[in-house]
Amino acid sequence: MSTAEAHIEEDHGHHHKETFVTKYVFSQDHKMISKQYLITGLFMGIIGIAMSLLFRLQLAWPEQPFGVFEVLLGKWAPDGVMDPNVYLALVTIHGTIMVFFVLTAGLSGTFSNLLIPLQIGARDMASGLLNMISFWMFFVSSVIMVMSLFVEAGPAAAGWTIYPPLSALPQAQPGSGTGMTLWLVSMAIFIASSLLGSLNYIVTVINLRTKGMSMTRLPLTIWAFFVTAIIGVVSFPVLLSAALLLIMDRSFGTSFFLSDIFIQGEVLHYQGGSPVLYEHLFWFLGHPEVYIVLLPALGITSEIIATHARKPIFGYRAMVASILAIAFLSTIVWGHHMFISGMNPFLGSVFTFTTLLIAIPSAVKAFNYITTLWKGNLQLNPAMLFSIGLVSTFITGGLTGIILGDSTLDINVHDTYFVVAHFHLVMGISALYGLFAGVYHWFPKMFGRMMNKNLGYIHFWVTAVCAYGVFFPMHFIGMAGLPRRYYTNTAFPYFDDLADINVLITVFALVAGAAQIVFLYNFIHSMFYGKETVQNPWRSNTLEWTAPIEHFHGNWEGEIPHVHRWAYDYSKPGYKEDFAPQHIPLQKGEEELQH
Amino acid sequence: MNVVLIFSVLILIAIAIWQVTKIFELSQVKKVSTQVADDNDNDWNGKLMFAFLIFIYGITIFSFWSYGDVLLPKAASEHGYDYDNLMWISFAIIFFVQTVTQALLHYFSYKYRGEKGKKALFFSDNEKLEMIWTIIPVFVLAGLILYGLYTWTDIMTVEENDEALVVELYAQQFNWKARYSGDDGVLGDANVRFLEDFEGKNLVGIDATDPNGFDDIVVQELHLPVGREIIFKMRSQDVLHSAYMPFFRAQMNCVPGMITEFAFTPNITTEEMRQDPDIVSKVKKINKIRVKKSKELVASGDVALDPYEFDFLLLCNKICGASHYNMQMKIIVESPEDYKKWISDQQTFAEVIQ
Repeated sequence: MSTAEAHIEEDHGHHHKETFVTKYVFSQDHKMISKQYLITGLFMGIIGIAMSLLFRLQLAWPEQPFGVFEVLLGKWAPDGVMDPNVYLALVTIHGTIMVFFVLTAGLSGTFSNLLIPLQIGARDMASGLLNMISFWMFFVSSVIMVMSLFVEAGPAAAGWTIYPPLSALPQAQPGSGTGMTLWLVSMAIFIASSLLGSLNYIVTVINLRTKGMSMTRLPLTIWAFFVTAIIGVVSFPVLLSAALLLIMDRSFGTSFFLSDIFIQGEVLHYQGGSPVLYEHLFWFLGHPEVYIVLLPALGITSEIIATHARKPIFGYRAMVASILAIAFLSTIVWGHHMFISGMNPFLGSVFTFTTLLIAIPSAVKAFNYITTLWKGNLQLNPAMLFSIGLVSTFITGGLTGIILGDSTLDINVHDTYFVVAHFHLVMGISALYGLFAGVYHWFPKMFGRMMNKNLGYIHFWVTAVCAYGVFFPMHFIGMAGLPRRYYTNTAFPYFDDLADINVLITVFALVAGAAQIVFLYNFIHSMFYGKETVQNPWRSNTLEWTAPIEHFHGNWEGEIPHVHRWAYDYSKPGYKEDFAPQHIPLQKGEEELQH
Repeated sequence: MNVVLIFSVLILIAIAIWQVTKIFELSQVKKVSTQVADDNDNDWNGKLMFAFLIFIYGITIFSFWSYGDVLLPKAASEHGYDYDNLMWISFAIIFFVQTVTQALLHYFSYKYRGEKGKKALFFSDNEKLEMIWTIIPVFVLAGLILYGLYTWTDIMTVEENDEALVVELYAQQFNWKARYSGDDGVLGDANVRFLEDFEGKNLVGIDATDPNGFDDIVVQELHLPVGREIIFKMRSQDVLHSAYMPFFRAQMNCVPGMITEFAFTPNITTEEMRQDPDIVSKVKKINKIRVKKSKELVASGDVALDPYEFDFLLLCNKICGASHYNMQMKIIVESPEDYKKWISDQQTFAEVIQ
């Protein structure tokens, strides 16, 4: 540690020499990298959300011409009517962008980078260079993913899970040509970026904590980021191998995932492979990915709920234990995506068992959040509202997981809109709320200015109402038996009575989309014209607020503060103020909580 | 033109927001807001939290009231009853937990909304409480897991037997075919490599060297005798498909290069189902919608929609390409006599390739 620190001290001495390029482009400062992640993530988010609005229009008013389709989709929307292949492409890219580019890189990348060094008391990440490379690889993969939207035959369209043979054979759908190649290349680079980032987070948390910052004094945010990084390192390489094998099948004629195929009037040479193998490899990442997305959001929520409730987080030890339990269980539940894939039903039993177990740590977390609110002194800032909103959608969405995780019940709701409703609430909306909460809370730390609270309130309330408006009715059309990824349900007169619900959902989705413009406006405007912040606007305990408002490489002038207590001494008896930051020594005779 | 319109609308919205914030700022005379919630913000947002609880309950009640009739259509297979039972028990538990936890969450957010000078309770641990809410989910989930696994094994255990009817479901982009095993009760071997034999008449690639295949019958419409166990063997010739039969609570993926299976016993015929009061009212509702839509179509010079009559369906439920949304097959459940009559009218593989 000492050499790294000394090295950075040295850098710090030279920080005036920074040029525009080293400061804003190829920066090795974790704070700048975090902003780069956030802005790239938000940009991808705009694309992802806009796509969802386009296909929601098609679902509510199937095969109706829309001017906006003609403008944005061009030849893929002849006379303004969306083509079925484009519908599938939109669904696919929406999923990919939201899961990986917004909620993995945009959320975890932003806040792990910003908070790990600042909250543990380090001058920077263990390796600034790796950190910079990690961001730029993410950037390149984003560019390739966006580029894939413009290829001749259209982008990948096999669903975000890109199951072969559909994704492997250009004969099966136009999107499985160049579009799919770019998708795979983009994801391979993305995975490399994510691994570099994760390794850096793990090493930093283990090695660079300031004096007194024992693991049991770490804020829950750091615990969440740390464990998330470990899950990432364990599971992302498996997706990389799946992607590489798929590339081999596609381009070099191997048969890892393909066998006995007759398509477009032709028998293909593939023999002996199995698409089920791909499903195993994909979901070995795919399920932990849910927690890679969700845990950072829960970590952020823990910190924000405690700070704004002016109360210690309830059951710190249980919270850490449940993060660890969720992380462990998340790696052995992937089979619940495959109950009806044709794998042995006995495996289904095993995965039902492990899957339903994960409800226990999740329940503990939810109850602990609720208890933290009890008898608090809630400061209902936008960040706090989004955190409470997260707990609400996490419960609503999580509960239906009990149905989907049960192999028996999954038979009839598998791949219907019931699943879409479930995972959007429990990981999509929840993680997005975590992202918003984090931005509202740490905006002053990032940009030295406050975001406008009234716009924040408008943003939250409209989004909260619309999120339920979109996804609650979706459970019903799923239970009615409507499969997801259908271009329209008009081919089945049996589903005609679902048309009303689809219109209702789309209207809510459009309003929710409009509410995000309020956020974007607030974000950009506040960056330049927001009210200048004080050093610790939320009167928070964690170390990042002891660092000066102005950013420089190295975080603290002079010595890094030492830590004397956990992060949650809010409203502790014996203190005049309702908070006691981590760097304040214990008072005479004061006992540190045994947690 | 549209681009200009969209951009100008976006710019107008941005200006509108900017103006609204200006108004907010100006209305707070001289006192520059710190942008941190004050007592006033805590108060109205706390109250909105309570209102939001009512909204969640409201949307739940509204959804059940308006859309309750589309939930889980009547089951038409023997295991369907067990399935529905487990579903409603799980639902009841979920509802109870949802109602209580959302109430606590939002009520606390309202009740303990911040006030200047108030101090929160320093309360960071309580082992008893935590024990309680760990143990209760453990027991509830243990119950659900056991019940679920029992039903799962029951449904998924497929035992070959002489009574059962073996039917192959054959998936391809973008339609379904079914193959009956004929008099010998055994499906002939098959592989996609035989599809080109017999000038394309070998629709599902039956191996002509396997004598079991000659009496096999390939059809485009699925007929099932009521009250007899049907063992489905699924195949696909190109990409993944999923044979989804919601009324029978049945689903299994069709995987190229592999044979998957699923079995159930249909216990209601199509005719009986058409007379079920729930289905009758559903069909009536759908036809009302279709008549209304037809009027619009005819007015714009299109053809009117056919009136809808209830039928069991097989849908594709695994993304498989452009026409995935229209990959379906009609299922007719009928009396054993009707089934016998129908099957004897179909051509066997031997007859087809002659």
